[in-house]
Amino acid sequence: MTAAVAGGLRAGGVRAAARITAVADGRGGTALPVLAGDGPFALRRTRATGRGAQVTVIGAMSAPLGGDRLELSAEVGAGAELTVTSAAATISLPGTSGEPATYDVRLDVGEDAVLRWLPEQVIAAAGSDLRMTTRVELAADARLVYRDEQVLGRAGERPGRLTTRLTVHRAGEPLLDQELSFGPGIPGWDGPAVLYRYRAVGQLLVVSPDFGDEPPTAAILAADPDSGQAVSTPLAGPAVLVTAVAPDALCLRRLLDTAIRTVMPNGDGSGAHHPKTAAAGRVSVAG
Amino acid sequence: MTPSATVTATAPAPAARAALLMLADGRFPAGGHAHSGGGEAAVTAGLIHDPASLAAFCRGRLHTSGLVAAALAAAATTGLDPLLLDAAADARTPSPVLRATARKLGRQLMRAARAAWPAAELDRLAAARPRGAHQPIVLGVTARAAGLTPLDAAHVAAYESVTGPTTAAVRLLGLDPFSVGAVLARLAPELDAVAERAALAAVRAATEGLQALPAASAPLLDIHAEQHAAWPVRLFAS
Repeated sequence: MTAAVAGGLRAGGVRAAARITAVADGRGGTALPVLAGDGPFALRRTRATGRGAQVTVIGAMSAPLGGDRLELSAEVGAGAELTVTSAAATISLPGTSGEPATYDVRLDVGEDAVLRWLPEQVIAAAGSDLRMTTRVELAADARLVYRDEQVLGRAGERPGRLTTRLTVHRAGEPLLDQELSFGPGIPGWDGPAVLYRYRAVGQLLVVSPDFGDEPPTAAILAADPDSGQAVSTPLAGPAVLVTAVAPDALCLRRLLDTAIRTVMPNGDGSGAHHPKTAAAGRVSVAG
Repeated sequence: MTPSATVTATAPAPAARAALLMLADGRFPAGGHAHSGGGEAAVTAGLIHDPASLAAFCRGRLHTSGLVAAALAAAATTGLDPLLLDAAADARTPSPVLRATARKLGRQLMRAARAAWPAAELDRLAAARPRGAHQPIVLGVTARAAGLTPLDAAHVAAYESVTGPTTAAVRLLGLDPFSVGAVLARLAPELDAVAERAALAAVRAATEGLQALPAASAPLLDIHAEQHAAWPVRLFAS
C-alpha cells in the first residue's frame, strides 16, 4: 500500500496489489510460495478440507472507497489445487474524491490445476461507484469453480453504482464475457429486462474438462419471482454457468448453494476436485 | 475542407441509404418477425403490461444485448475476422437458447443477404458456419457487402433490439400501436447513442483486440429465455 493513511483519511485513495501463488509441492500437496497481502487485503492460509491449499482474504481496512485502486491476483501452477474464500462481504463505499474505485482480479489456472474462487458478496452501498474486472485465464484442462455475488445496497438503502465484468479464456479462446452494471446513471438496470426489483444477483461458473463436449443441458433451478430465479446453462465449451437473481443476499446464496450440487460434473456438490484428490475431502461451497 | 467536400465525404456509397432502409425493414425476409426479443416471456411474467413498463424493458435490452449486438455488427462491418467475432458472440451469450436463436436468425439473414447483395465474404462465412453465424456478425458482413458503414450496421442492430419487444407487446397485450410508436420515438436518442458507442468500440477493437467490445449482460433476459423455451405453447420463437 502506497497511499498515506492518517487519522482515518486516505488522501488520493489506496493503491494496493495483493498476490497469491500456489504450486504443486511435489508430494501431492499444494504450497503457497507467495502470499503477499497489501492494503486492505490480509491473506491467511486457512485449514483446507482436501489436499489443496486454502487462503482466506481478510479485510484489513474498509475498502474499496471511491478513488481506491485495488488489485488481487492468484496464480495456480500446474497440478496445484487452491481454494480462496473471504472472511466477510466487501462493501463498496463512497469516497471523498467523487472518483470511482477500481478492483481488478486476475486469476491464472495452469494445466491440471484446480481453483475454487468463492469470495463473499460485493455490496454496493448508496453513493458508491466501483468498477470491477475479473480476468481468468485457464489452461485447457484446468478446473474452476467461480462464484460472484453482488448486492444492491445495504438493507433498506438505494444501491450505489457497480460495473463488474468477468472475462474467462480457456486455452486462449474466449469462454465467457459478461458485464453487469447497475445503479444511478446506468440506463435500464431496474427495468424488467435486467434486474427489475431484485436486490441480489450472482453467478456460479464451473469449468471442467470432465464435461467434455457435452455439458449438462440447461435447467431451470428456481422460478419463484418472490424468492428468486436461477437457471444453469451450458456454455459453448466444457462449462456451466448458473445465473441467479434474488430479493436479498441470503436467498441468493441459497440458490447458488443448491445450484452447485446440480451442476458439478461429479454431481456430489463437493467442488471441482483434482481427479487424484476426488475422494480426499468434501468441500462445501457455503464458505 | 469546403462544405461541399464535407458532404461528399459523409455521403453514403451509391444505393447504401436504400440498403440501410431495407436491412432495418421488418418486411425484409430475414425471419425477425417470429421473435419477441424476450418480450413474450416478460409479458407473461407480468413485467410488461403498459407502455411505461414496455419502455423500461426496451431501455434495458437496448443498453445490454442491443449494445453488444450493435458492437459485434459494427466490428464485422469494419472487416474484423467474422469467425473470431462469432466466438466473441458465443462468450457473450451464456444462454444456449439465445445462442441458438442468434444462429438461426443469422442463417435466415444470410440467405436473404446473399440474394440481395452477393459477395464472396458472405459466401465464405456461410461455408464456415453452415448452421448460421450469430446474427449480428452476418448483419455486419452484409452491411459491408451493401456498402454500409459500421455505424449503419450498429444502428440496425440497436433498432432491432427494441422492435421485437414492441411488436410483441402490441400483439400480446393489444397495446395501442400509437403509444408503442411513441415509446420507440422517445428511445431514439438513446438508440443513436448506443449505436455510436458500439461503432467506437468496433474501432477500438481493431487495435486493442475484441475485449474492447462491450459485454453488457441482462440476467433476467437470460433467465426468461430459458423459461420461455420450456413452454409447450408460445406465440413467438424467442
